[in-house]
Amino acid sequence: MKKVDYKVTDPKGMHARPAGIISSTAKQFASVIRVACGSEEADMKKLLPLMGLTVRQNDVLHITIEGADEAEAAAAVEASLKECF
Amino acid sequence: MEVYQGKASFKGVAIGRIAEMKKASTVVRRMHVDDVDAEFQRYLAAKEQAQAEIMELHDKALKEVGEAQAEIFEVHAMFLDDFDDSVENIIREQSVNAEYAVATTGDNTAAMLAAMDDNPYMQARTTDVKDVADRVIRDMNGGSGDGNVFTEPVLLISDDLAPSETVQLDKSKVLAFVTRGGSTNSHTAILARTMNIPALCQVPIPKEADGKMGIVDGFTGSIYVDPDADILEKYQQMAEEEAEKQRLLIQLKGKDTVTKSGKAIKLYANIGGIGDLNFVLENDAAGIGLFRSEFLYLQSEDYPTEEEQFKAYRTVAEMMAGKEVVIRTLDIGADKQIDYFNLEKEENPALGFRAIRICLTNEEIFKTQLRALYRASAYGNICIMLPMITSVWEVEKAKSIMEEVKDDLRIHKVPFKDVPIGVMIETPAAVLIADDLAELVDFFSIGTNDLTQYTLAIDRQNQKLERFFNAHHPAVLKAIQMTIDAGHRHNTWVGICGELGADPTLTETFVRMGIDELSMSPSSILPVRKIIRDMD
Repeated sequence: MKKVDYKVTDPKGMHARPAGIISSTAKQFASVIRVACGSEEADMKKLLPLMGLTVRQNDVLHITIEGADEAEAAAAVEASLKECF
Repeated sequence: MEVYQGKASFKGVAIGRIAEMKKASTVVRRMHVDDVDAEFQRYLAAKEQAQAEIMELHDKALKEVGEAQAEIFEVHAMFLDDFDDSVENIIREQSVNAEYAVATTGDNTAAMLAAMDDNPYMQARTTDVKDVADRVIRDMNGGSGDGNVFTEPVLLISDDLAPSETVQLDKSKVLAFVTRGGSTNSHTAILARTMNIPALCQVPIPKEADGKMGIVDGFTGSIYVDPDADILEKYQQMAEEEAEKQRLLIQLKGKDTVTKSGKAIKLYANIGGIGDLNFVLENDAAGIGLFRSEFLYLQSEDYPTEEEQFKAYRTVAEMMAGKEVVIRTLDIGADKQIDYFNLEKEENPALGFRAIRICLTNEEIFKTQLRALYRASAYGNICIMLPMITSVWEVEKAKSIMEEVKDDLRIHKVPFKDVPIGVMIETPAAVLIADDLAELVDFFSIGTNDLTQYTLAIDRQNQKLERFFNAHHPAVLKAIQMTIDAGHRHNTWVGICGELGADPTLTETFVRMGIDELSMSPSSILPVRKIIRDMD
């Protein structure tokens, strides 16, 4: 299992477009990718639940990635987070 | 006559018949199906068609209103992928038709979004989710065009408008948007702004107004139904004046800025923040000639991070889509003070510790900004401009710091471009050594406000000096000519980004002097374009 923690710096938090990019990235991998923020958790491959986390600026996302391609997935997810926020 | 008050999302006046928007009907019945596999396939086919349609809307919006507003359609297309699991589940578990499963999924999702009291952005997406669900349902029933074909231009009234509805409308038949819900931030408001027609939101107008005459006042946020004769007359006059202004603008939009004899001038915009980009695009600027990066520092409680700056610069570079974006490095001091810089009070701030002088003294501040600028350079066509230059060594020193920054980016394999470097010509010293400066840089931009103040030794804030001040002083004009000539001797293009650049009485003079670029507030661009196009 891989873990990625990421602090969101975008003042707008997680709005539709970055959420879309991140979930599209996650979808490319077979691994199960879960993202937790505060007390809530969602499947990173699903756009609306991801947006439903109501991620705000300075919130920290805790992402867990488990599966055959977890290493590549972790790198790609982290890269797309950096790209978006 | 009745008057209803709402919020104005975009200014303007429109007079015409009121028409209530007809929503394409999507009454969904719950029906039993036996072949759930086929039903799910039917959903998948319709979804694919809907996504293709949404991407067509995206392309249409991209052409008509630009990238920022078109993006929402990409997000819409992605929303639909999320429907799959829920739709499949409902079809299989309940043996029901796909329409019902989609409608239920759409309603559930919308309800989830609407419940996010603490997140107005997500709440505003409720309309979007319902819109995409409706589209899939329509597509399963053979699709249907929308029922909003108007024979005359109308004031369009509706509860709320989905972006797909506003884009599909025949714009020549819509004089104004009036919604009962929505906000000044909704997509409708943004699209209306780009379409340049008045828009109101949160107006409690009854459905009975449909078909009556009305006046939309996008300055005050009100709509008049069955207006009295004197009100009508007043607004007719206002509308004519507005139309005249618009006519001039539309005529000049998309046209090149060239004189009749074929000399082309780059007409660029001055901006002080990302928020101004709309006006830049609206007024058809060929680029950005002065992006005052100070706003990043002025808005902040502390030094803005490299990441914050990078994002702002990248946004501008991307939005301008390959057009030149001249970003001026930090220009604070003098009249622009920032607490966290802890600058000492000075006897004579205009001649004091400011702009490039701060950057060359506190190199770390400068390096952070340069790193952000170079990183953003990979996303568009950025140029870097240094303010308050008085000596050759300052430019040499700044360039050597840029080299350090570039080396570091190379080591870390961060992509960047070799951006053009320019200097502001805003001191008499810079004018007098312009030949030497031109050898070091790619462009000059003359800052006429400071150049005038320093050349004439007149503080423009001091009202007692008004009779001594002359914006068209021959010394200033001569300095401009000297700068242009020096620049051209060294293949350095020369522009003006101060207030004089927008002065219509000097446009001809500057063009004859050989100026290459004029940069001004966005609203001045089209009037100045007209002057240049009328020149021989």
